[in-house]
Amino acid sequence: MSILNPAMESISRNERKKLQSERLRAIVKHESDNVAFYRERMDKAGVKPEDIGGIDDLHLLPFMEKNDLRDGFPFGLLAVPQQQIVRIQGSSGTSGNPIVTGYTENDIEVWTEMAARALAAAGCDTNSVVQVAYGYGLFTGGLGLHQAASRLGAMVIPMSSGNTQRQIIMMKELGTTILCCTPSYAIYLGETARDMGILSQLKLRGGCFGGEPWSEKMRAELEGLFGIDALDIYGLSEIAGPGVSFECQVKKGLHINEDHIIAEVVNPETGKSLPYGETGELVMTTITKTGQPMLRYRTRDICALNNEPCPCGRTTLRMSRLAGRTDDMLVVRGLNVYPGQIESVLALVSGITPHYLIIVDRRASLDNLEVHVELTEDMFSDTISQIQALENSIASQIKSVVGIQADVKLVPPRSLPRSEGKSKRVVDKRRI
Amino acid sequence: MFISQISVFLENVRGALRNMTELLGENEVNLLALTIADTSGFGIVRIIVKSDDIESTLNVLHQAGYIAKTNRVICVRVPHKPMGLAKVMAALDEADISIEYSYSFYRSNIEEACVIIRPSDTEGSILALQKAGIKILSQKEVDCV
Repeated sequence: MSILNPAMESISRNERKKLQSERLRAIVKHESDNVAFYRERMDKAGVKPEDIGGIDDLHLLPFMEKNDLRDGFPFGLLAVPQQQIVRIQGSSGTSGNPIVTGYTENDIEVWTEMAARALAAAGCDTNSVVQVAYGYGLFTGGLGLHQAASRLGAMVIPMSSGNTQRQIIMMKELGTTILCCTPSYAIYLGETARDMGILSQLKLRGGCFGGEPWSEKMRAELEGLFGIDALDIYGLSEIAGPGVSFECQVKKGLHINEDHIIAEVVNPETGKSLPYGETGELVMTTITKTGQPMLRYRTRDICALNNEPCPCGRTTLRMSRLAGRTDDMLVVRGLNVYPGQIESVLALVSGITPHYLIIVDRRASLDNLEVHVELTEDMFSDTISQIQALENSIASQIKSVVGIQADVKLVPPRSLPRSEGKSKRVVDKRRI
Repeated sequence: MFISQISVFLENVRGALRNMTELLGENEVNLLALTIADTSGFGIVRIIVKSDDIESTLNVLHQAGYIAKTNRVICVRVPHKPMGLAKVMAALDEADISIEYSYSFYRSNIEEACVIIRPSDTEGSILALQKAGIKILSQKEVDCV
């Protein structure tokens, strides 16, 4: 539960701003000197490296996007000679070129430090036995947590993903205390261990669970199974990998490693910076990586930032759980609405995530938001008043989360369209 | 002393009730009583069937994809004349019990009407009704009505 690097994680706001500004100036110069693509983009925006005096000038810099990485594949975004690159990681793009990131020795060090802070927050130290059940390979999950656990002097079991029975035998026989994998796989491991009758023999004390969106409901399930604190960890290979941000024991948002990364939230449509607390697209700038720095990289992940001090003692900004991806965003009455926000409301109100359909229509030149929810046995009651109370409760929660009054309609099971096994979430009937 | 009622969720669209009643009919389910509560969007159909049919009725509905479940209601017998029902309601009101809903049915072979009540407090209602000397029917008795 310790703070691994209090000098950085609990740095005062003024010191943090000074440090970020210094590092930002240096990285902008480094990038502009060495990456033709970004120099041209800065020229186009009419920005010179010397215009960036500190983080208050960050908004002047042009964005980087996922497509820039595709276009620059494989080495177009490197800011150092290729000989200095010691590692390639990446993600499997679904279309076009893959997206890869080159790391110098320094960049691996930066990433390891960030992920080690996450593991330390989950209780990992030199006595820990860390089972890494993330995939090892181009995907950053496996190697990222592996490096971090080694840094903390823990004993690492590099299981990679899959082979559930063997994972559980190893957990039992080697006395795993910290588990690192996706939350859904962790739940599956727990359920399988229970079915095998050895759940109570496991010595698990904590874990870092990320790589996919998850909910408080899943957290409760996971914590109930293993009797641990289940903490979220966030990362993306473009920025570094897991450890970009992580939860502490307070579990109210993920601390961003701000000595290495500057985070902003912007309106995905206009690109304008949004104040703390408002939901929008997460934009990140790496200020210590030298191999492939990313300046104002649009992550397409939707969240809000919180600048309140955390009871854990860390002073760093916290990002909320992800509310979805910009690709799914809707604009209704000028407000940005993400299906993920509505999904989280439904999960909260009904205890499970039911099938739902968001229908946007225009009535008398005003946008109308309708949410159809398939009724489940648990939600059903024999009295009208209870079912209407459920509809009203869903509507008022949506109003408080999204800011728009929605018409909530409960519909019979299996009445909403499904496409290829996955449900279709949004229908936009507006003709504009 | 309570009896089981089956509640079914229906969308408030044309043909919904026909589909459901045909389904039950094809499966040889006879309805002893039925009532519908509705809003503009949906309806709840509440039905009473013979005790031997409860489980199979639920199965038939679930297999056809309906949301249906059972809940407890009370069935009382009241004289088929003015003030018959009022006495029942007075007994419950005096015990501070509210009525969520109520419906009645009548058979020509008996002198009295049967009234189904869904009170806010099932146990409390039974005590209050017994105290007032009102005849409460058991599940088996409802079967024979």
